Amino acid sequence: MDTSLSPDIALLTVFVLSVFVGIEVISKVSSMLHTPLMSGANAIHGIVLVGAISVTANANGFAIVLGVIAIVMSSINLVGGFVVTDRMLEMFGGKKPVKKRTASEDGGES
Amino acid sequence: MSSGAQLVNLVAAVCFILALKGLSSPKTARRGNLVGAAGAALAIIVVFSTGSDFKRVPLIVFALLVGSAVGWIAARRVQMTQMPQLVALFNGVGGGAAALIAVIEFTSTGTSASTLAVIATVLTVLIGCVSFTGSIVTFLKLQELMTTAPVVLPAGRLITSAVAAASVVSAIALISSPSMSLLVVLCILSLALGVLFVLPVGGADVPIVISLLNAFTGLSVAASGYVLHNVLLIVAGTLVGASGTLLTQLMAEAMGRPITNTLFGAFRASTASAAGTGEERPFRSSSAQDVAIMLGYAQKVIIVPGYGLAVAQAQNTIRELVDLLTERGIEVEYAIHPVAGRMPGHMNVLLAEASVPYEQLKEMDEVNPEFSTTDVALVVGANDVVNPAARDDKTAPIYGMPILDVDQARQVVFLKRSMRPGFAGIENDLLFQPQTSLLFGDAKDSLTKVVAAVKAL
Repeated sequence: MDTSLSPDIALLTVFVLSVFVGIEVISKVSSMLHTPLMSGANAIHGIVLVGAISVTANANGFAIVLGVIAIVMSSINLVGGFVVTDRMLEMFGGKKPVKKRTASEDGGES
Repeated sequence: MSSGAQLVNLVAAVCFILALKGLSSPKTARRGNLVGAAGAALAIIVVFSTGSDFKRVPLIVFALLVGSAVGWIAARRVQMTQMPQLVALFNGVGGGAAALIAVIEFTSTGTSASTLAVIATVLTVLIGCVSFTGSIVTFLKLQELMTTAPVVLPAGRLITSAVAAASVVSAIALISSPSMSLLVVLCILSLALGVLFVLPVGGADVPIVISLLNAFTGLSVAASGYVLHNVLLIVAGTLVGASGTLLTQLMAEAMGRPITNTLFGAFRASTASAAGTGEERPFRSSSAQDVAIMLGYAQKVIIVPGYGLAVAQAQNTIRELVDLLTERGIEVEYAIHPVAGRMPGHMNVLLAEASVPYEQLKEMDEVNPEFSTTDVALVVGANDVVNPAARDDKTAPIYGMPILDVDQARQVVFLKRSMRPGFAGIENDLLFQPQTSLLFGDAKDSLTKVVAAVKAL
């Protein structure tokens, strides 16, 4: 029996396993974090930029124009997504008095 | 791709998993996001080293820098109140990019592509285009550049079904005999489908739609990964698709709305929302002085902040009021509805910005039993989330959405700009109840006056 995995099946395997991972990692999230989580997930799919770059590198004619548009669009998604998520979370954590207290306690101990 | 590059992609994929994991807990959320960003940066650097046939580097880098600058500036400059529509916009351009990639790849492989590749192309284009135009309509609704009420076209359902059917037919035709012109037809149909899909969604349900479209873009990116044989895109896209679908479901649950109601409810609800408006009903309007006395001599006060508070930038003023009341020995808490603001958790972000201590924020289930022992419930710029119609009126479009039981407090004070109904466009009966007082004006002005009056007590 041929034990090597065909490329198509390999990709399908990755897809199916990722579905389970995606569901598993966020199964216990409080409603308070729904917005940052959505925004963070939004940033992650901006990685489509990698695809935009690689197709543009090998494109010809009008497709180059489309490729440049795709690169601009996906880098807006990727960079903007991570930055806006960070801004949201900065407010969550940074000014939380509980956190500040523990931080100063840590400082006192050391 | 060299195995070195593939290994780096594996590292990036792991980073994304850790990012989502981190984002699920308040302690690790920020670090999680940074891990995701680091993974993305790694993958981008590596893609430039994937082969000697890599052309047009300057052009690509230029486009990359332009997009990054636009994204960065938009994300830094945006007001936190407008953040939901920015996320919608980011999501839309991501979906659009995925669709474009599939089209570009099709121009080079074209008719020689394998059936599997064509299926993946079709899915990428279909889902990506729907996500693109859908997100843009969502953006327009949230930015209030168009009506926030459900838009119901004459025979809208019929048109939507027809366009959906035509998309499926052209998709199947494309798979059996690939051609560029068919792909263009599919693009146009699915762009139209995205618009038709979001138009009838009512204002209050828009957050759920953003989340759903986010999952869509994820799936589109995953499909584009199949087209390009790029494992990282498959992993990242699928992660977002799967977690986004679950998140959408969680949000819908928090609002007590089955997802099908959200998407198709507007067709049913459009007539009900028109009823009730128009007739004049008596209500009690009061002065800042009255409100100050009510609050100042209460024992227990619950604040219900809404989007209006955020729009007026009154977060700091409300905190000042709460500090004053606490000094007078009054028990004060904030009641946070899961969808207060425009997205689940949005209000937590806005109040955190004003340094409101976490311990004072109470979630809905926790705070609802407390309203019956509360002297004054102060509703600042919120409406739909305290509308008893959601609990009692089966014909209301928001029926079934869990609400804060503000009507059970001894007295209710609304700070409102006007009698205009809320984002969902439904009249609130509570405004006309005998225990309710209304203080009209900009939330920040009103609160400043109330703060001054409380100080003078």
